[in-house]
Amino acid sequence: MKDALGRVESVLILGGGSEIGLATARALVARGTRRVVLAARAPERLEAEAAALRGAGAEVALEAWDATGVDGQEAAIGRLFDRHGDLDVVLAAAGVLDGSPAEVIGTNFLGLAAALAPAGERLRAQGHGTLVVLSSVAGERARRSNYLYGSSKAGLDAFAQGLGDALEGSGARVLVVRPGFVRTKMTAGLEPAPLATTPERVAGAIVTGLARGSHTVWVPGPVRWVMSVLRHLPRPLFRRLDL
Amino acid sequence: MSTSAPEHAPALLTGWGRTAPTRATLLAPREPADVAPALAASNGRGLIARGLGRAYGDAAQNAGGMVIDTTGLDALRAFDAERGVIRVGAGLSLGGLARLALPHGWFSPVMPGTSHVTLGGALAADVHGKNHHADGAFSAHVEAFELVTPDGAQRTVTRADDPELFAATAGGMGLTGVVTELTVRLARVESDRMVVDTERARDLDDVMDRMEREDARYRHSVAWIDCLERRRLGRAVLIRGNHATAEQAAGGGRAAYAPGRALSVPPGLPGGLLNAASVRAFNELYYRRAPRAERGRLEPLDAFFHPLDGVRDWNRLYGPRGLLQYQCVVPFGADSVLRSILERLSGERRPAFLAVLKRFGPGHGMLSFPAPGWTLAVDLPAGDPTLVAVLDDFDREVAEAGGRIYLAKDSRVRPERLAAMYPELPRWRAVRDAVDPERRLRSDLSRRLGL
Repeated sequence: MKDALGRVESVLILGGGSEIGLATARALVARGTRRVVLAARAPERLEAEAAALRGAGAEVALEAWDATGVDGQEAAIGRLFDRHGDLDVVLAAAGVLDGSPAEVIGTNFLGLAAALAPAGERLRAQGHGTLVVLSSVAGERARRSNYLYGSSKAGLDAFAQGLGDALEGSGARVLVVRPGFVRTKMTAGLEPAPLATTPERVAGAIVTGLARGSHTVWVPGPVRWVMSVLRHLPRPLFRRLDL
Repeated sequence: MSTSAPEHAPALLTGWGRTAPTRATLLAPREPADVAPALAASNGRGLIARGLGRAYGDAAQNAGGMVIDTTGLDALRAFDAERGVIRVGAGLSLGGLARLALPHGWFSPVMPGTSHVTLGGALAADVHGKNHHADGAFSAHVEAFELVTPDGAQRTVTRADDPELFAATAGGMGLTGVVTELTVRLARVESDRMVVDTERARDLDDVMDRMEREDARYRHSVAWIDCLERRRLGRAVLIRGNHATAEQAAGGGRAAYAPGRALSVPPGLPGGLLNAASVRAFNELYYRRAPRAERGRLEPLDAFFHPLDGVRDWNRLYGPRGLLQYQCVVPFGADSVLRSILERLSGERRPAFLAVLKRFGPGHGMLSFPAPGWTLAVDLPAGDPTLVAVLDDFDREVAEAGGRIYLAKDSRVRPERLAAMYPELPRWRAVRDAVDPERRLRSDLSRRLGL
């Protein structure tokens, strides 16, 4: 159960190999979380990370789960909940930056939405819990350089907001996280955007958002205002920007 | 049997601290006979009884499961006004009990800081009042209670017939069954007034010294400590009294328990109203306002026992993130723990509202909070994430000194601390496992702490 100060006992990370996901797991465990489930396509590769979390005092389970595709997501989520009981936090951290439309949209939006809808229902049934959805500032307005990624995050973000509203009053809630450019393996080799951040900072913002019961967090905070301007730029001007 | 089925309604519930809301199906039985079917129908997420919701944390909420609102079970079954023994429904409040009893010269044997506590809740938390050093906790005055256990049976539990179940239910946080009726031995009073002595104490040593030397002369004793005072750590207002005799109270009032109309705090106040500056100003005012030494003042019962009941919904003052109360007890001789807690709160300028200090006598139930020693209770805004480490440190110091925290106030203790704080936990678990092998009785507190 979540306590009065927002400390949580258990977390399921969908996309357990994600750097932001693991950084969040470490931050939560440092604050007292004692059960961690890492669900990833290749869980066997996460033994070292799991050992580190165990060393910090958590019980860690590794589970196979694939974010790609819609079929079977409901059954897969059902199995995860059946095996691990009540979960205080479900963090959706899976995602790809580029690839074919099927890969990018299929993972970032279709696969995750198909998994998060039943996860939301499980949280509703247990009467408590927070679904943390890693969106991105890229979803605020699709840019020509990565419109596939941007549109997939726009879809996920809209889905998560709607799900959060649908869960109002159920005891379960949704926290939408919108990071700017995060320095990770996924973004290695890319020119960092202004206000670039780190997985640890995103993790810290998630922990604070959980404690405060926020519905949206931007990381770092000021990207909210930058994106607000970009979002409202007239089209001819937006096209002239090198984005 | 009831004539119509009790109502079901989904509800988002929190404790008095208004933190960590969860959803449950609320059921309001009208008759004790409605309780067993509800227990039988509880799904895999169980059931817990809830009275007036004054536990600060998650003791009377049950995420995804059922919650029985017991306040409809308040019928008066029998009242022996000669002996002062009353049998009433568990949903009656202690204030309601006082209203029934006072015209006959009786009063609730234990009165906590609020009268808005049901008798069932008073037993489940084994509540204490300002008279613990003299009279013990609430369960000490309970002769018998009716308990509906998860097997659907209704048992009459007395200390003589089933001492284990009695001691597991007193302070057992509702996890051994649903209490539907209680037989309580009342306290004899001659008037509806208190004779009160009030004095200021300059620091913690001074207030503890006065309490140690003089508490035996008073049935009721409590000290309000200013947690934000740094120079004279633990400066306090000491308030002690006895029930006024008929002679003392002559001319002083009617024999009725009738608290005045309460002021109300509106909903929707922002957080941050109670910050270090405003709380410090209040504490300063409270201390300065108190007489240096005043003897024999006559006060109405409600003003003496629960001044905060005069402000309805005062918990809303803490804004949307709510509040928590840290209440611990440490054995006599471990005063240094209290000093360390006060030093940290004042040193870090934590906006701790007036804290309450008092002395406890021996305890009763297996999970009852009171134990011989000093108890300190402090209200704090829950919106501050840096409190996590501070309160964890307090828990460690308290546990190492052989003390414990109060489950009815708790909303954040770590489960791994409980075994040291409650050495009778294994014995309690054995009784609970026998009476509830399927764990049909559950609360968010029991989930959070792995009870």
